[in-house]
Amino acid sequence: MSSIGPSSRSIVGRLLAHRSARWALAVIALLVVAAIAGPWFTAHAGHEQLDIVKLKNTPPSWRYPFGTDQYSRDLLTRVLLGARISLAVATLAVLLSTTLGTAYGLISGYAGGAVDAAMMRVLDGFLSIPRVLLLIAILTLWNPVPLSGLILLLGATGWFGVSRIVRAQTLATRHLEYVESARALGAGTGRILLRHVLPNIVTPVIVTATLAVGNVIALEAGLSYLGVGAREPTPSWGSIFFDGVEFFAGNWWVVFFPGVAIVATVLAFNVLGDALRDVLDPRQLHRSAPVTPGTQPRENG
Amino acid sequence: MADPLLRVRDLRTYFYTENGVARSVDGVSFEIGAGETVGLVGESGCGKSVTALSLLRLVRPPGRIESTSEILFDGQDLAKLSEKEMRKIRGARMAMVFQEPMTALNPVFTVGDQIAEVVRVHHGGSKKEAWARAVQMLETVGIPAPEQRATEYPHQLSGGMRQRVVIAMALVMNPALVIADEPTTALDVTIQAQILELMRELQQRLGTSILLITHDLGVVAETASRVIVMYGGEIVEEAPVDELFKNAHHPYTEGLLNAMPQVGHERERLATIPGSVPPPTAWPKACRFHDRCPYAWDRCATEHPPLYQIGPGHSSRCHLAEEPERRADKHEPFVVMAGAEGRP
Repeated sequence: MSSIGPSSRSIVGRLLAHRSARWALAVIALLVVAAIAGPWFTAHAGHEQLDIVKLKNTPPSWRYPFGTDQYSRDLLTRVLLGARISLAVATLAVLLSTTLGTAYGLISGYAGGAVDAAMMRVLDGFLSIPRVLLLIAILTLWNPVPLSGLILLLGATGWFGVSRIVRAQTLATRHLEYVESARALGAGTGRILLRHVLPNIVTPVIVTATLAVGNVIALEAGLSYLGVGAREPTPSWGSIFFDGVEFFAGNWWVVFFPGVAIVATVLAFNVLGDALRDVLDPRQLHRSAPVTPGTQPRENG
Repeated sequence: MADPLLRVRDLRTYFYTENGVARSVDGVSFEIGAGETVGLVGESGCGKSVTALSLLRLVRPPGRIESTSEILFDGQDLAKLSEKEMRKIRGARMAMVFQEPMTALNPVFTVGDQIAEVVRVHHGGSKKEAWARAVQMLETVGIPAPEQRATEYPHQLSGGMRQRVVIAMALVMNPALVIADEPTTALDVTIQAQILELMRELQQRLGTSILLITHDLGVVAETASRVIVMYGGEIVEEAPVDELFKNAHHPYTEGLLNAMPQVGHERERLATIPGSVPPPTAWPKACRFHDRCPYAWDRCATEHPPLYQIGPGHSSRCHLAEEPERRADKHEPFVVMAGAEGRP
């Protein structure tokens, strides 16, 4: 029998063994911890104006590691609070879009025939609308938008790609014998979709969702930068960046730190997504199927 | 005689495709008694698998069971049931064993889980009870250490074991009829024999009727008591198994039997039936086999043969039943090339 190598490890284990995934996970973990715990440890509230005369636009120092902005607010505190907003908005929006897209794709792919054709034409219609322009248009009318509204909009406009993938996978899966077999043994449509189809197509969904988180963080930053996303005094990375750009010539730090945060986060999620694609590859899953003494395939008489 | 368990009358399953109507199953009638094993034989495309799927009403659009069809099972006409009522039959009263043990099991759940699921779908009850039943079932199908095996995933089992699991899933609700679609085709020969033996044994123990679908007459000879031969969406011959092997009547059945390898004729190439099954969108008008048949004469090209009764329980869809003397003047015998490309 084959040697017991890294084979019997779980997905988390294999992810930790993947070098770039380790880095991405470390960055994301750091961000999450900083976002959750960070603001408690900084000396100031995010909106606190320390001294509008003396502490306006001070460069990074020991006291104010990221410097202060033009309203004399502590930038470190604001970037940490911004991490909360940006991560929460992106995660929740992707959760929403992935759920919507998965449901739509499952139904379309499994129903097949005319239902599938109709649902796919509707989807083609949605896909033909540029997402950023649509969002700007809606957000211009709905201004200022509450964070929940922003999440809703980002989620509701982000599911098209996922549903395409899920539908294609469902089409390929529904004719497999174990799906037919489940039908032949009396399982209903809901059970077949949730138990037999979904678990077997979840890999590309996870990968897509991970990549989408990075994407939405960048998108949200862009929208906030354009002045239609999160607004003052809510400190999302995009809005901090937006505030800083006006005074960019004299104080680089107001743009630099949120900018680095955005780039690092988006990069981390993209790298993690790619790593997940490697790790969740079913061929790899097969190769690394746990083989322990007494469980290797054998025939019996 | 008491009503048979299953009585199929004039089953027609048509597929409405862009290239025309494919009459895959075209007026099939047969019966299966309680505890009986019936073999359904034919080559690819003859309609045997669609027949099986029709019985369970698993045919998907554009396929449709025509409204004249009757599937009387246990006193109910399945062709008339709603999808919801049909779900209660599937797996509980009538179950199916699929061909590919590699793909017939869901790769992400343990085998115990999958057997227990069938119990829970039909029975409700607690997870624990269903699990206990699953383990018991694994033992019934001859899997050693069933408690442990139940917690394993399909990829951890060999092909033969998986097929045992698939059989366990089909039998766990103790159905009256099991449809087995090529249950041994994907297996090694030695494992095939084991699985057939298992099915025979379980059938005797549980009194289940079996409809065994196969292209392998050898499998039928070992398991079935009666054989139905299908060609071109129709039944062309039906007979008790011994009678069929001794006195095959239909030229197609004859061809199938000639195409079987036999001990003692190792040097010969196997006989083949020339040509292939015509497409179901364009069955020949008269006898569907006439353009491949070595005996065919003008009548075969003009008149569709009925099922002639030619003996007790033996019927054949061939005009030879009325003109047996024609069997002598065979134009082109089935191609048998004796030792043409001799192996050493």
